[in-house]
Amino acid sequence: MKKSYIVIASFALILANSCSKDITETNLEFAALQPASTDINAGTWRPIMLTGPTEFPVAAPAATNTPDYIAQVNEIKSFQVNMTAAEKSAVKYWSAGAVLRWNEIMRELVALHNLPPYQNADGTYPAPSATNPLAYPLFPFANPPYAARAYAYVAAAQYDALVAAWHYKKLYNRAAPYTVDGTVTSLIPKSDLPSYPSEDATIVGVTTELLKLLFPGDQEFIQLKAEEHKRARIISGANVRSDLEAGEALGKSVAQKFVARARGDRAGTAGGNATIWAQLETDCIARGETPWISQELPKRPGMLVNFGKVKSFLFDSLTMVTTIRPSAPPSTSSQKFKDEVAEVYNYSKNLTREQMRIAHFWADGVGTYTPPGHWNAIAAVDFVQQNFSEVRWARNMALLNMAMMDAAIACWDAKYFYFNPRPSQIDPRIKTVTGLPNFPSYISGHSTFSAAASTILGHIIKTKATEYDNMAKEASLSRLYGAIHYRSDCDKGLETGKKVGDYAIARARTDGAE
Amino acid sequence: MIKLLKQSRFFILVIFCLQINSAFAQTDIDGVMMEKNALCIGPMAGYSSWKNYWEGTLKRENLNLGKVSTTMYSIMGNYGISNKLNLLFGLPYVKTKASAGQLKGLKGVQDLSLWIKWKAYSKKIGQARLSLFAIGGYSLPASNYTADFLPMSIGLESKNLSLRAMADYQRGSWFATVSGTYVRRSNIEIDRSAYYTTEVHYSNEVKMPDAASYNVRLGYRNKGAYAEAVLDGWKTLGGFDITRNNMPFPSNKMNATRIGFNFKYPMPFLPQLSVTGNIMTTVAGRNVGQSTGFNAGIFYVIDLSKKTKTDSDKSKK
Repeated sequence: MKKSYIVIASFALILANSCSKDITETNLEFAALQPASTDINAGTWRPIMLTGPTEFPVAAPAATNTPDYIAQVNEIKSFQVNMTAAEKSAVKYWSAGAVLRWNEIMRELVALHNLPPYQNADGTYPAPSATNPLAYPLFPFANPPYAARAYAYVAAAQYDALVAAWHYKKLYNRAAPYTVDGTVTSLIPKSDLPSYPSEDATIVGVTTELLKLLFPGDQEFIQLKAEEHKRARIISGANVRSDLEAGEALGKSVAQKFVARARGDRAGTAGGNATIWAQLETDCIARGETPWISQELPKRPGMLVNFGKVKSFLFDSLTMVTTIRPSAPPSTSSQKFKDEVAEVYNYSKNLTREQMRIAHFWADGVGTYTPPGHWNAIAAVDFVQQNFSEVRWARNMALLNMAMMDAAIACWDAKYFYFNPRPSQIDPRIKTVTGLPNFPSYISGHSTFSAAASTILGHIIKTKATEYDNMAKEASLSRLYGAIHYRSDCDKGLETGKKVGDYAIARARTDGAE
Repeated sequence: MIKLLKQSRFFILVIFCLQINSAFAQTDIDGVMMEKNALCIGPMAGYSSWKNYWEGTLKRENLNLGKVSTTMYSIMGNYGISNKLNLLFGLPYVKTKASAGQLKGLKGVQDLSLWIKWKAYSKKIGQARLSLFAIGGYSLPASNYTADFLPMSIGLESKNLSLRAMADYQRGSWFATVSGTYVRRSNIEIDRSAYYTTEVHYSNEVKMPDAASYNVRLGYRNKGAYAEAVLDGWKTLGGFDITRNNMPFPSNKMNATRIGFNFKYPMPFLPQLSVTGNIMTTVAGRNVGQSTGFNAGIFYVIDLSKKTKTDSDKSKK
């Protein structure tokens, strides 16, 4: 029986001592931001909404030899004497970059809110309300178009706010506290960039203002992050309180231009109404095509039927109709259409494990940060390697996210203009390995988002252009593997996304940053 | 031989519901042992389904899933290393299906389970006998299936190490068996680079909460046949609730209380051969389906001892 004792004892030992289950999260491994260049002249870059960098004035700061400034430096020193473990950890977390961390916070909020409302007892669906965001269904339902727009507004506003901040940094040229007073310890890499107004606080101000509009029910979470961020900047020795105050005020002012734009960009009415929903079906039948029908039970109105009419950032609505809108999909009565349905059925029937992996890797469905969030996550990892300044981070994120928002608009325009049915509607034998989205098939959203993203990212980091292109193609095919899209949806989605991405490149070439 | 048969009780594998756990072979959780050198082996088939499930604590149906069913075929075995030490194994093939909506059912070989069962103590107390057991188990995926497609996944993909303490008390033909199990579950890797639990995690690795379970059985054993009632509880030690109208996830909190009935009956014309069956239903749960299922199996006992058997050996019992 000795053997049995050994067996039992070893089980007990393994149970007790097996290695820790803690996982390594890549975003917590990011090193402190140490920009290759301060981009000191970024105040001259072309803003998106601002008329110029001085549209919102920032008052001159106090001189560094005044009692006021010295008192603020002493605040840093007091913090540094009694740092808690939580404060040290916050300094490390925020040192990776303000644009990066607030982009992650956005992804967090999107994933939390990307849940379709549950039906009412009568089979209709409730709509989330911005004025009562904490009542079920929670506001917002951060589906891909909503998310794309949210990421874009925040990124574009952050960029404009930092262009203004950089203008005043150069103008006032007040050095960071660790440079002014040699006894202040710098807990993060030092920089020659003037610290007034604080770029981090500018990001806090502009972002929190926009998030009041976009995620009105999550203010406690957002404000706690904002407070932690500002405090981390003081503790790290990078900013005095007046740097933060000036930056935050500037950010809040710039945000108002974007809030005003958002209130008038037609997204508020993108959900449509029963008359519009019925009209889309009638129009499609009148064209001699089989209309899209919701495959959900109970039938759910298509997602954001009028999102295609939202005001885009990179081109006007006429351009979208004349230049960007794809040509019609294969007619639902054509042989080509039948062949494409058969192809989808084949994938549904005979999917390899690798194809399922691809379908799941790019799925980004319910409860995730959506495809635009996935591309933000991809960009963030690569931008970290590039050692961009905060203003360049913001500029690149703005280009990426404006491209994806406009991709969403172009894609949704095509979806409801053509109102093409999903493969499972045509052939109910088609079963899917990812959730079937509740909107028309043509063109694929994943393909459009991914091509727009890969196009602009390939311009920003030219050495990775081929890699991004391959990723976009894989993301596009993942929808065919998932058996929720025809090949035409994927191909035309990539083509349309690429067109949108090219508009972002055109802007990138002329914004003064290259 | 009859003695051997009496000890060859085999059962089930239950996949609960929003797929809680993998194989549960009954013999690793009952109070009887195989004799030295005897191998009891056989196929089992099972079916379970649910229409309602618990989204957190909220019981609901899902019209876009309809009835979710799991069909299982497995091979199971128990070998007597000695009279007091048994080695058991189970290997199921699992197939899932949703009766409504578009989600595709998955199928494949699930987890290979191995147990070592040790009868550590056995003593006659008056008319009754008390036996104490320790059982160690290990299971690991036997194919590259995907866990991250609940409720259609065929398993949860974690490697599980379990340790069970069990007491069996028999008086005449009536018995009670009580056991408690701790299950150490390994983390799993999914096909995504980030996922959301109660926050976003930037990793393809998912931290799986450990689990604990209890099992109570009361019944009647006689001449290799038995009938018993079962109460079974499973609880993950951690995990999170499915949020409103969200999809389930492998590291959800998954709790279930189930009741059931088992029987075994040896064929009078061929006592080495027996049939087993069980039904089991979920009476309470959290983030699992309210499943009801049944299993049936046929088992055969083979004596692998090298000594040549004579007629007198056979007639001994």
